[in-house]
Amino acid sequence: MWELAGRADISIAFPPFSKVAVAFVSMLFNGEFTAAYADSLPPLLIGLCITIIGGVIIGVSIGLVRSTEWFIMPLLIIFQTAPVSALIPMLTYIYGISDTAKVVAIVILGMPLVALNSYKGIQATSPSLLEMAKSFRASWFDTILFVILPSAQKMIFAGLRLGVSGAFIGIVLAELLITPTGIGDLITYNRFVAHYDKMFATIVSILAVAGLTLGGMSKLEDLLFPSEKNE
Amino acid sequence: MDDIILKTEDVGVIYDRSIVALENVSLNVPTGKLTAILGPSGCGKTTLLKVIAGLIEPSSGTVKIRDKETIGPGPDRALVFQDFALLPWATVLQNVAFGLRAQGVSKREREKTSLTYIKEVGLSGFEDKYPHQLSGGMRQRTGLARALTVNSEILLMDEPFSAVDEQMRRKLQEDLLELLKIENKTVIFVTHSIEEAVYLADQVVILSGRPGSIAEIVYPEIDRLGEIDLIRRQPRYVELVDEIWSSLKSYVE
Ligand SMILES: Nc1ncnc2c1ncn2[C@@H]1O[C@H](COP(=O)(O)OP(=O)(O)OP(=O)(O)O)[C@@H](O)[C@H]1O
Ligand SMILES: [Mg+2]
Repeated sequence: MWELAGRADISIAFPPFSKVAVAFVSMLFNGEFTAAYADSLPPLLIGLCITIIGGVIIGVSIGLVRSTEWFIMPLLIIFQTAPVSALIPMLTYIYGISDTAKVVAIVILGMPLVALNSYKGIQATSPSLLEMAKSFRASWFDTILFVILPSAQKMIFAGLRLGVSGAFIGIVLAELLITPTGIGDLITYNRFVAHYDKMFATIVSILAVAGLTLGGMSKLEDLLFPSEKNE
Repeated sequence: MDDIILKTEDVGVIYDRSIVALENVSLNVPTGKLTAILGPSGCGKTTLLKVIAGLIEPSSGTVKIRDKETIGPGPDRALVFQDFALLPWATVLQNVAFGLRAQGVSKREREKTSLTYIKEVGLSGFEDKYPHQLSGGMRQRTGLARALTVNSEILLMDEPFSAVDEQMRRKLQEDLLELLKIENKTVIFVTHSIEEAVYLADQVVILSGRPGSIAEIVYPEIDRLGEIDLIRRQPRYVELVDEIWSSLKSYVE
């Protein structure tokens, strides 16, 4: 499809698949990707760590301690539904053109999704299972460890996948809109000099990295929690 | 006069400040006997059982065990849930061992005890199955085994045989009577079935419709020796079922 559409000369900005593939391979070996990802990966990794750890901790905490709910929930919902990408250019004013701005963009786009899903997972724990734990006088700690967290596990992992996708959007937006470095810059530059094959190759590479990360997470979940156990 | 292990004194429960679910329930439960709680749907049977289990705090009145007031769940009572309340991600063995785990019993010790009770309820060979791989009756037995492991004197059961067909129900009822010959326990169970109450219980507590309060207490005193089918044909049995049926009908109206 893509190949045909490209070959049909619909637009010069839409190169055929074969050209993109060639560009992809050449960029992989001539160091263009290496240089770009060397700029993008460190903030991406830091941002992902904060997104995942912070998101799960915030989501689980508000799920467990109901008194914090009224305060944090509206914030999360606003962050999740508002056009957050519009906020990203504003980060320049606060953090300037820096890796910090990238990390903040990632966290803003990823963490609310992780936190909200973790929270929903915790809230969805069956009241009857909680009553059961109470009737056997399970401690708070045991109840969380053996009842609440296992029952929220699927939702939490679903949130992590959404959050990671959000994080990838965050880093690309940050590099397109504020900090012209790394993979975002590679896209901007190649569009500017009309190397559309290279531009698409870069986009494909991002999709590939994001896809591999998400695939790895699914594998990890299967490994940690064999699916037979959570049918 | 029997030895009374548990009593409720003037227990009342009001949900959401306006729904009166129970009113002035004073009930004596004799040690080592089976007490059935019978009544129309929504009359507060589950509520009463949960008050006794310590899961619901009564709005008024108290629950006393051996004349000592109790607050919250205790080691002297174990509850078998109507909806089983099994952890879906845990095996039969892990589910049965949950109560012991909550008490901090070592893994070796709790698995040993759990296996004994898994055998006693007839689930040997299913230790490593997950709840979704079990039939309704087997889930019920898993919940029963879990309640037995903690070795409490009082066993509370909420409609223990409602999730199974008639054949399985009779089998489970007989198994329960057999089991109670081995385990010396006081049992309080909720049921919809008059036959079940008369067949199993030493004392049948009939609750009237909302707000639930004790309408009548019947002591079946059925002779349970001999063939099950013969027992069910005893004149005393048939008479009691009829009697309870007609009084229940009057409370529903
Ligand atoms: N958590 C609750 N909040 C408000 N009302 C409740 C709650 N639980 C029960 N009720 C009400 O209290 C009454 C008694 O409920 P309960 O579950 O004890 O009845 P039941 O006799 O066990 O009924 P069933 O035979 O259908 O199981 C019902 O009218 C029910 O609607
Ligand atoms: Mg009920």
